Amino acid sequence: MSGPNTDYDPVEVTPLKAEQVDEMREAALAAIAAAGDLESLKQVRIDHTGDRSPLALANREIGALPPQARKDAGQRIGQARGAVNQALAARQAVLEAEHEERMLVEEAVDVTLPTTRGRRGGRHPITLQSELIADLFVAMGYEVSEGPVVEAEWLNFDALNLGPDHPARSMQDTFWTEPAEDHVVLRTQTSPVQARTMLTRKPPIYVVCPGRVFRTDEYDATHSPMFHQVEGLVVDEGITMAHLKGTLDHFASQLFGDGIATRFRPSYFPFTEPSAEVDVLCFVCRNVDPASCRTCRGEGWIEWGGCGVVNPRVLVACGVDPSVYSGFAFGMGIDRSFMFRHDLEDLRPLFEGDVRFSSAFGTEI
Amino acid sequence: MKAPLSWILEHVDVPAGTTTEHLTDRLTLTGLKLEAVVSPGRDITGPLVIGRVLTMEPEPQKNGKTINWCTVDVGDANGTGEPQGIVCGAHNFEPGDLVATVLPGGVLPGGFEIGARKTYGHLSAGMICSARELGLGDDHDGIIVLPPDAGQPGDDVRPVLGLDEETIELEINPDRAYALSIRGIAREVLVSVDGASDFRDPADRQTPAANDQGHPVVVEDAEGCPVFVARTVTGFDPTARTPDHIVQRITASGMRPISLAVDVTNYVMLETGRPIHGYDADKVQGPLVVRRARDGERLTTLDGTERNLDPADLVVADDSGIIGLGGVMGGETTEMSGTTTSILVEAAHWDAVSMYRTGRRHKITSEAGRRNERGVDPTICEAAADRVVELLVEHGGGRAEPGVTVVGAPPATPVVEVPGDLAARVSGMDISEERSIECLRAVGCEVSVDGSGSGTLSVTPPPWRPDLTDAQDFSEEVIRLVGYDKVPSVLPTPPSGRGLTRPQQLRRRIGRTLAGDGFVEVVSFPFVGTSDLDDLGLPEDDPRRDLLRLSNPLSAEAPFMTTTLLPGVLRTAGKNVGHGNTDLAIFETGTVTFPRHAGPAAILPVDRRPTDEEFAALDAALPAQPLHLALVAAGDAVAGGWWGAPRPVGWADAVEAVRSVAASLGLELTVTSAELAPWHPGRCAELSVDGEVVGHAGEVHPTVCQAFGLPKRTVAAEVDLDLLIAHAVHLRPAPTFSSYPVAKEDVALVVDTSVPAADVESALREGAGELLESIRLFDVYTGDQVGEGRKSLAYALRFRAPDRTLKEGEAAAARDAAVAVAVERTGAVQRA
Repeated sequence: MSGPNTDYDPVEVTPLKAEQVDEMREAALAAIAAAGDLESLKQVRIDHTGDRSPLALANREIGALPPQARKDAGQRIGQARGAVNQALAARQAVLEAEHEERMLVEEAVDVTLPTTRGRRGGRHPITLQSELIADLFVAMGYEVSEGPVVEAEWLNFDALNLGPDHPARSMQDTFWTEPAEDHVVLRTQTSPVQARTMLTRKPPIYVVCPGRVFRTDEYDATHSPMFHQVEGLVVDEGITMAHLKGTLDHFASQLFGDGIATRFRPSYFPFTEPSAEVDVLCFVCRNVDPASCRTCRGEGWIEWGGCGVVNPRVLVACGVDPSVYSGFAFGMGIDRSFMFRHDLEDLRPLFEGDVRFSSAFGTEI
Repeated sequence: MKAPLSWILEHVDVPAGTTTEHLTDRLTLTGLKLEAVVSPGRDITGPLVIGRVLTMEPEPQKNGKTINWCTVDVGDANGTGEPQGIVCGAHNFEPGDLVATVLPGGVLPGGFEIGARKTYGHLSAGMICSARELGLGDDHDGIIVLPPDAGQPGDDVRPVLGLDEETIELEINPDRAYALSIRGIAREVLVSVDGASDFRDPADRQTPAANDQGHPVVVEDAEGCPVFVARTVTGFDPTARTPDHIVQRITASGMRPISLAVDVTNYVMLETGRPIHGYDADKVQGPLVVRRARDGERLTTLDGTERNLDPADLVVADDSGIIGLGGVMGGETTEMSGTTTSILVEAAHWDAVSMYRTGRRHKITSEAGRRNERGVDPTICEAAADRVVELLVEHGGGRAEPGVTVVGAPPATPVVEVPGDLAARVSGMDISEERSIECLRAVGCEVSVDGSGSGTLSVTPPPWRPDLTDAQDFSEEVIRLVGYDKVPSVLPTPPSGRGLTRPQQLRRRIGRTLAGDGFVEVVSFPFVGTSDLDDLGLPEDDPRRDLLRLSNPLSAEAPFMTTTLLPGVLRTAGKNVGHGNTDLAIFETGTVTFPRHAGPAAILPVDRRPTDEEFAALDAALPAQPLHLALVAAGDAVAGGWWGAPRPVGWADAVEAVRSVAASLGLELTVTSAELAPWHPGRCAELSVDGEVVGHAGEVHPTVCQAFGLPKRTVAAEVDLDLLIAHAVHLRPAPTFSSYPVAKEDVALVVDTSVPAADVESALREGAGELLESIRLFDVYTGDQVGEGRKSLAYALRFRAPDRTLKEGEAAAARDAAVAVAVERTGAVQRA
């Protein structure tokens, strides 16, 4: 707190001299304008608005003036200080904005630096393909049924009309388990799940079953002792081959693209009668000038799987009355579907487990 | 089945202009799928012409061989008209003979390029060809000498040798055994190619009537051998060569020419489908007897293998003992040879099931067996035998003996009742009864309609179709002729489905969780050997060593179904490391197999549904097959980079991966320490849920790492997902939380290093009471300040009440209560 001003002649005090106040103000404004950064502006603030600044000192002298002079002087100094503070605030805002802008420039980083620190996971494409297929059928109202891979011989063969001396048993090179009299095999097909399903559900039955199956095939580019199939089974009243065709046409178009239909050729499976091989229209060339097509190897069609009308003998063995119900069944190779869908010529990468393979497919296909 | 097209068309006419492509397309669409069309000359390019040998000069060589320096007239084919000089090593020809000559620029099968080259002191410009060199069989004893009327020098030799003859290869399904013959295929051409006509059945021939002058035959097992026909040819010239067209046809059909007598039996088998056996009649002693083998009997078959016969095997015996495995393979002692002049021809019909069993039992696959086990027309034995006799007489100069032995008669074919509308009902197509009858008759069925209007057809299948036994079998015959391509496309309307089951959903969720956590899914084969389990370091009495053995494994090293996914994933991890994928995290889900030793899985009847008990017993006899998850991680969990140093994988990553999986199912794992191979004994966590052990995780034992080619500190886990999923929380109540302020208290406790942190934490939780919101171990310290054998555990505790702000000192009191329990339970000392 300063005391009354005694050093100056009251008449001669600065606030009364307008030109001097103007000078102070101009000096302050000039300094503000000259301040190039927030640091110098801070000093300018101290110099020109602080307690020891000329305007502050002059203001303090107002009290010493005769009352009649105070108003005038007060107004003059007040205006000057106001102008200075305003200029300071404005300058502060400008400098702050400049500072901020500079900071943003200075803080720039190289966003192209690598960002991956952890490992990227992925699911196996066959798992994904199986789920995709299951989902297509679930969307139609089907359910997904399951069964064990180490299976009873009766379910894998006999119940499916493959009696012990059926030549077709040797078509499927079966892994047998010991002791042989236990009659246990590695399932050669997902079809035993058909039997299991009929034995545990009542018609109408609409199910698919993706799963692993085993055959004693030496492992090479196109054969594997373990591979994946998807089985479909429908048992209902009035089911016909036409329903089978409709279902597979729909399946094919969902999996391979609009307009991709199937073609049936007579074939033989003990568990279906009539039986058919299913070819699917090549989704790459669509049988238009197929000669140069790698995917279908010039055929226009791709062998896809087997199907047919459920043999009434199978219905009987599984407790379904063939005079009331009929059904259809189909089986497709999932690995095979994957291979031609994704242009894979050698199936071995599916089972080699090199992480570069699965990683490429991420978590959905 | 490989069938020369010209042979097929010898027995059926197709409209002029019918292409091979059209014909095979039709066969494919009616059930005989085309595999390939081949011709023997398909790999031959360039000039291959008739040459006339003008001169040949034998020139003995230092190596002991004698070559012939020949000049050969090839007309204008060489562009000059001058004779061609060719060195030839064969000697079975003479000047004036016509020979198959390939000129420089020609390419023979196998990419064998012919040029003019210097050899044996001559410039040999081309080659005189043997049958083998042209891909026409195995004959390489000499060059091909063409008939004198084959053509003029310089003419293309291809048509002369049938090199452009097309052979179609068809895939024959087990139900169409009749198509394993020219007869059957020609019949299929008749019914499938529009406009085909005039089927000429090779088995339709006048045969001499049976008499009692033929070779005596006794059939003791008429069920196993319903028909046995024997004929004899004498005075046969064993040196007679098989005519070229027969050699070409059986070669094209995939069989090897051997001798005239053998070739003829094979030729007739290919033509009619009926396997024929020829005996050297002079070696047969006494009557032929057809019976089952007796215990201990042995036979050396034509392939030189001595076989122990089974009492179920059908055999042919004579006075000397067994001389053949009936219908499957003949015996050595009566084999036809290069000196055979009398031939006993056997055409017999055998029981298909016996054929199949014998073939399987003795691991014999033969062309005869393949046909006999699938079923052959039983009515054509006499015709086939007669055709063999005819050819032997015609080409081998023999004499057909008048004796004709016929024992037995073809079994009657049962009539099948087939609803007239069955094909329509099965196919969903509009197929009239008339059309059905027409199709059935076309494939050889006899059809009669009873006048009662019942709509039922009485159908007798033709004798060559033993596969047609059920009504529905006949519907396929109708539908395939109407055309599978005509079946309309109609979507059925399933009832509303229930979607994926909860376990199915959760399995997907587990896979996604692991992938989200950086693990890559792999798939391995489930086969292991004991060495894999040794590599895991499993002790002798480990339950995982009780394995299901395969009778016929692909590899003797891995004959079992695995009980653990670890060998597979560790092997795969090792391979990845070997490929340079060193920072690695993989997982696999799959079933494992634990034998139950619960006895046989019964072969139940198929004419009725098994009872629920029977079905349950079947399942109970199968091994337990729980779904497992295994995972492996190695290298760096977090890579090093501009942000800082790498963080290597540690035991905790394995535990955390499983925790993350459990959390995705709404579960919290309880972790306790355990010792279990293949884990590091001090770094193995046993994981449980609600008191049930679900798996293990931790660092892999260094010895195991080494065995699998993995770096030390590799971590792994294996979990029973079925168990885990069974515990999954389904309908979780929504959480509520307090919005009153939190009170934080830290506490540091010093305990013996052997005290598990989990024990300290549970003591703190219990002591802290209901106000405790969360507890977090934020530091573990060992060192001088706490002393040898001790560790300091620092916990951050958060307290909060659901309904009020905690009062001064309330949190501290709860903390003190927590510490008190920890002190009491774990001997902890609170650090100042």
